[in-house]
Amino acid sequence: MSEDTPPKPAQSRPVEFRGGGFAPKSRRWVGLAAFIVLIGLAEIGTRSGFITPLTLPKPSDVLATFGELYQSGLLWKHLFPSLSRLAVGATLGASAGIGVGILIGLFSYIRAGLVPLVAAIFPIPKIALLPLFVIWFGIDEGSKYALIAFGTFTPTVVATYGAVDNVDRTLIRMGQSFGLSWMSIVRKIVLPGAMPGILSGLRISLAIAIILLVAAEMLGAQYGIGAYILEAGSLYDLERLFVGVVILSVLGVTVSAVIGWIERRVLGWRT
Amino acid sequence: MDIRLSGVSHSYGQLEVMRDITLDIPAGKIVCIVGPSGCGKSTLLRFIGGLERPDKGEVLQMGEPPKGCLNPLTFIFQDFALLPWRSVRGNISLVLEDHGIRGAEARVIIDDVLARTKLSDFGDALPKQLSGGMKQRVAIARALAVKPAVMLMDEPLSALDSQTRELLMDDLIGLWTRTPFTAVYVTHNLAEAVRLGHSIVVLSRRPGEIREIVHLDKPLSERSFGDPDLDVQQKHLWTLMRDEARAADAELINV
Repeated sequence: MSEDTPPKPAQSRPVEFRGGGFAPKSRRWVGLAAFIVLIGLAEIGTRSGFITPLTLPKPSDVLATFGELYQSGLLWKHLFPSLSRLAVGATLGASAGIGVGILIGLFSYIRAGLVPLVAAIFPIPKIALLPLFVIWFGIDEGSKYALIAFGTFTPTVVATYGAVDNVDRTLIRMGQSFGLSWMSIVRKIVLPGAMPGILSGLRISLAIAIILLVAAEMLGAQYGIGAYILEAGSLYDLERLFVGVVILSVLGVTVSAVIGWIERRVLGWRT
Repeated sequence: MDIRLSGVSHSYGQLEVMRDITLDIPAGKIVCIVGPSGCGKSTLLRFIGGLERPDKGEVLQMGEPPKGCLNPLTFIFQDFALLPWRSVRGNISLVLEDHGIRGAEARVIIDDVLARTKLSDFGDALPKQLSGGMKQRVAIARALAVKPAVMLMDEPLSALDSQTRELLMDDLIGLWTRTPFTAVYVTHNLAEAVRLGHSIVVLSRRPGEIREIVHLDKPLSERSFGDPDLDVQQKHLWTLMRDEARAADAELINV
């Protein structure tokens, strides 16, 4: 072999590599490590006195407060109403949003009528409408459901009709060319084709739902994460405030993970 | 069942794309339509398949489609048009479901068309797992499942590499030899046209008009890669088309 290789010319060097990069890879534990490092820094800073207790509570104290909350049984008392408000409100808003979004995507007249309306409603801060909802739906659960539902509705509509618009038209023509009924085309081609867009819209809508949940609970609820945070905030009890914030973050991460799981299940066909 | 086009003309707004096309598509034959890009080949096919309506003229079905035919005019698309979320079997079953064919009855048909397109082992695969050639064979299997009277093939091999194209052409010839079908085959590839066409319709550049219809008498099964007779025909077609193609290439596109 070595005899066969031609002698290297005097000036030869390997070609410089300049490709690679720009391709996100899965790095599983880095996200967790970032959390740990940040919390660790806060712990060291507060313990050493570099960060005063008024600026930031000690992460270990926050954990201890969380333990107390759990042991007193108050955690579930606050979490359960919040979760049920979130579930009811978000389900109402998202399903109405998906329904209306599909109608806008399919019918030109409905599109012409509703798209400007949705555009007009979208930028209204829904929290500003809470007094109105209280008058319409009562001071208790009704107004909270309505606020969350209304807030998730608009982004879901926009994401859904965008997703329907993006369904590959050649697939629809294919369905027509095989004589599929209108209903079959909608059910078997348009809806599955719009699914990726609808699910990524839900990610945003549900995050908004959590924000609105807290806002609604701050304005009139005895129990709930929002009420807990408001109470802690007005007493400047930073440990408890942070416990509430951490619960919300965990809630957000969980919702996002659930949608990710649904995407893997339902959208396994994507390349 | 024959197809007759009489005096078909069409324009998109100001742009006249097709002028007075009169053409007969006889049963049991493959008619190829060739022409420079933008001459309205694919539009013509969509007229035949009822996906678009011409401004003038009409497309007629002559006679009844044969018994058992579920979808007389069936397309095969350049980009396969398979549903990515359905398996190979699911994609074929899609076009049977609307005719109320499910369960065991559907299984018999699907097994049959998969065997004819040599896909029996891949029934449960998703489209993303298949090569381009296999995807197009799935699309052909799907078309065969509805027992079409006329197959409307819109550049079916254009998205494939040249080796796959040769293999699929052999497959199509095999399918036709076993059970002759009627087809309108739109292509810009003259080699495909002389291999598969019983007659080849040459369209001029926009607005598309029929320049010439070339008939090839050699049986499909005797045509093969590098056949000198076909080369002569292909050269003839190219001389007909060359100036048109050059002129079409120099035009601005404003569709």
